[in-house]
Amino acid sequence: MSTDVLAAVAAEPGVPKPNPILVVDDVRRTFGGLVAVDVRHLEVERGTITSLIGPNGAGKTTLFNCLTGFDRPQAGYWAFDGHRLEGRFAYQIPRYGLVRTFQLTKALDRLTVMENMLLASRGNRGERLLGALLRPSWRHTEDAARQRAERLLETFELTRMGHDLAGTLSGGQRKLLEMARALMTEPAAILLDEPMAGVNPRLRQTLCEHIEGLRDGGLTVFLIEHDMDVVMGISDWVVCMAEGNVISEGPPAVVRADPAVVDAYLGSHDGLAPVDERESHEDETS
Amino acid sequence: MDVLNVFLDAIRVAIGPQAAVFALAGVGLNLQFGYAGLLNFGQVAFMLAGAYGASMTVDAGGPLWLGILVGMAAALVVAMLFGLPALRLRADYLAIVTISVGEIIRLLVRSSTLEPVTNGVFGYRDFAAWFYAINPIPAGRYGVGNLAFPARTLWLIVVAWTLVLLASLLVLGLMRSPWGRVVRGIREDEDAVRSLGKNVFMYKLQALALGGLMGALAGSLRAIDSQAVRPDFFLTITTFMIYAAVILGGAGTIIGPTIGAMALWFVISFSEGLLRLGIESGVIEFLDPEDVAAIRFMIVGLALILLVVFRPQGLAGKPEAGLLDEH
Amino acid sequence: MLLGVAGSVLCASTLWTVPATPQEPAPSDSGQGVSGVLRLDEEPVDGARIEVETPEGNPVDTTTSAGDGAWSVPLVTPGAYVVRLDEATLPDGVVLADSTKGSLTVEVRPGQDRVIIFQLADESGPTTSEEGFDWRRLVSLSVDGVRLGIVLGVMAMGLSLIFGVTRLINFAHGELVTFGAIAAWVFNAGAFRFPLFLAGIVGLLLSAALGWGLERGLFRPLRRRRTSTVALIVVTIGLSEFLRSFYQLTFGPLPEPYRDYALQREIDLGPLTVTPKSLGIICIGAVAIVLVAFLLQRTRLGTAMRAVADNKDLAASSGIDVQRVILHVWILGAVLAGLGGILLGVTQKVEFDMGFKALLLIFAAVVVGGLGTAYGPVLGALLLGVVIQVSTIWFDTEFKFVFALLALILMLVFRPQGILGRRERVG
Repeated sequence: MSTDVLAAVAAEPGVPKPNPILVVDDVRRTFGGLVAVDVRHLEVERGTITSLIGPNGAGKTTLFNCLTGFDRPQAGYWAFDGHRLEGRFAYQIPRYGLVRTFQLTKALDRLTVMENMLLASRGNRGERLLGALLRPSWRHTEDAARQRAERLLETFELTRMGHDLAGTLSGGQRKLLEMARALMTEPAAILLDEPMAGVNPRLRQTLCEHIEGLRDGGLTVFLIEHDMDVVMGISDWVVCMAEGNVISEGPPAVVRADPAVVDAYLGSHDGLAPVDERESHEDETS
Repeated sequence: MDVLNVFLDAIRVAIGPQAAVFALAGVGLNLQFGYAGLLNFGQVAFMLAGAYGASMTVDAGGPLWLGILVGMAAALVVAMLFGLPALRLRADYLAIVTISVGEIIRLLVRSSTLEPVTNGVFGYRDFAAWFYAINPIPAGRYGVGNLAFPARTLWLIVVAWTLVLLASLLVLGLMRSPWGRVVRGIREDEDAVRSLGKNVFMYKLQALALGGLMGALAGSLRAIDSQAVRPDFFLTITTFMIYAAVILGGAGTIIGPTIGAMALWFVISFSEGLLRLGIESGVIEFLDPEDVAAIRFMIVGLALILLVVFRPQGLAGKPEAGLLDEH
Repeated sequence: MLLGVAGSVLCASTLWTVPATPQEPAPSDSGQGVSGVLRLDEEPVDGARIEVETPEGNPVDTTTSAGDGAWSVPLVTPGAYVVRLDEATLPDGVVLADSTKGSLTVEVRPGQDRVIIFQLADESGPTTSEEGFDWRRLVSLSVDGVRLGIVLGVMAMGLSLIFGVTRLINFAHGELVTFGAIAAWVFNAGAFRFPLFLAGIVGLLLSAALGWGLERGLFRPLRRRRTSTVALIVVTIGLSEFLRSFYQLTFGPLPEPYRDYALQREIDLGPLTVTPKSLGIICIGAVAIVLVAFLLQRTRLGTAMRAVADNKDLAASSGIDVQRVILHVWILGAVLAGLGGILLGVTQKVEFDMGFKALLLIFAAVVVGGLGTAYGPVLGALLLGVVIQVSTIWFDTEFKFVFALLALILMLVFRPQGILGRRERVG
């Protein structure tokens, strides 16, 4: 569906899009002397699935971290849905409708699945210290959140596990939970950092369907992925980064055939196969 | 019969004011450490704030109840001192800052330069007359044999354990609320909670301050119990003993700190009693009576290690929810 | 407590050289106690306050010296006590001859009236007579600061290296410091009578064994069980308590000196006077730091250590035996701690809680320099050492530790990664 919108867009780095929800300008993040991210201009079209690919150390996760306030770039600005977000703290970003997930799933293990969901709800009055003891003051928001959580758990086929501790879920279920939990914040766009990492091939198909379902429901999906089959299968648009720069973007088939992309992967001895990527600084932020 | 006396003595200590003070400070520490995952190694500084708030206010001519409130206000200041530099950083920085600032506060209070304000190493005495004056329990001794308390101790015990109960109920209520859910989520993974739009720093600061208030109250009780306050009552070792109590009872459980405080004091006084008995009767020849204090802290240290290794969920915790286990 | 560490460093370069007068014991009745007479050049000093407390810091009693300078404190039980002269209560112009000897730990035997001598001096000596700045004093204090900094730096480097590869802050690091000092003492002045140089080497070997044992016997099994970092920190706290009390029980509550280098004459080096042992400490510490730097930069083991500290998974996937590297770092860290302890023991005395007292300064040095970096803590320690000592020109020695703390807090607020650290994240 959305591919139609992008059909007229030229396949070149930094190209403007008809209705972008996220616009990134001159974002630059260096570690010591090393340039991790240096993105001149990037737009993500509203209501599409846009994939971010690139070899190890291309700066994909660092870009996500910067956009969501988990890292701070030395320079640059970006706007989401018309709101400038640079300088915002990580916890403020979801209020603008932008939410993210992590490469290594962050299920809250010793909370139940339902608690994981409820925790993500917005505007829950009982989350303020004053008033937390007055159940009547927050019962309404809590009930509304619970209903929303139940709907989402049903969509993601987790209803059965509602009362289990999140730590008892399988790897794939944790990915689903994290996605469902992110949706509890009622986002306009979701950034997924390697949603397929550590998920068995059978469940990948299900995850892909869920992601497509999100887009069809009007959400913008921006995801980092290494599994090229997945990327080619579900993306409306693909952006390729190498050494911090956007080197190519366009429809999946076009990017795949781009010599610059092939070079980037060959140059990194990385191939276009799924790799358990861990960017060098990822570990330190945990 | 001597062993029986030692046993009764130990029971008396386990339900006495000391254990109640530890339990109350432990309920606060449990909120910080057990539920929010904050490594506060300066709980004793909150206790110091509570004790000095009470005694200095009385010394300045104010009523004791006001002093207790002053102590709690001072605890909020301590929470800011701990939290503002360290709560935005990795968990271990909080540990470093709390242990350092806590010790520095004690050293400042005992310094001769600040003596005009704090009375230096002398501290204060006899400021809790009001508390004992309102004791409704008629004079006398209550209990049997060695297991008896004078009316004034009994009054303190009743008040102290009532406060422990109230604090525990407060924590229970909070943990069942959405606020507590966020706090427990932060313990699991603060970045995840942050990514869902919660101001993690604020929640941590609130948990730190709330636990600190309970610590301050415990400190006031400690001061009222001994009718004396000196800076050297508030050594870092006290914080570690409270940790031992919380983990022994079960960190991240409501009843844990209370059970832990009682059990810890029972173990400490029972083993010390037996040692003293052994030394006096000549059975144990290689130890002096002065060594008993050192042995107490060896027990605390060993208990911390062994508990974390073999029973991280403590006495009250469910094995599958062992707080200290990696998920 | 911190004062003990920082303050004692002053002792080798005391500038008040007025000889003190020996004091006669005060009359005593039955039972035990401590007593003495405070005098300066035959003149009694009255109104000075003396505090007696247990080694654990529980106050026992206080008294004030009488018109003839005499004071005494009866004690209910024999044992170890700390007797402190409150310097602030001395009359104007009278100070302790050695500001570190204001607090003495003594053993009182049953029935003994233990005489305590506080050596007093006239403050209006040559050094402080002129108001304001004294270059000689500045230079001398700077040397003390460098010495304190080097000693702290050796300890802090060990703590930071262990943190670098294990991501664990070892709260028992102070007890590793004490271990080295006590081990060397046992071989120098305790069970054996080796020269300190030899005893020190034995102490370092034993420290290495302790580091090995802790990793193999405690921390590796715990890592295998996937114990969380928070739990591991609690374990190090328990370990710290256990070891410190164990030292107190076996080594005893009183400070003990090494047999060698107890007293030394200062030597003149142009503008500064310094004792040979001060110079020795600075040299040994500096050599140790350079050796570790060489190990890290130029050897395969060092490269592996840096690789693991940088990214454990990447290091493991490129064929480095991470467990072995961690073991070596524990050994190295324990040796550095032990060496720091021995050097500290030479400066002051060996005491069961000397490492614990130093721990806060070590923390401050590590945070200021950069937690997890190898050289940052050394830089931080040198900076702190000099600031701590030189600050005593303008501020009361009591407040020395406040600067260490202030540095720690300001650093966390404005540059939490430390001078040499890399920024890790923004919350």
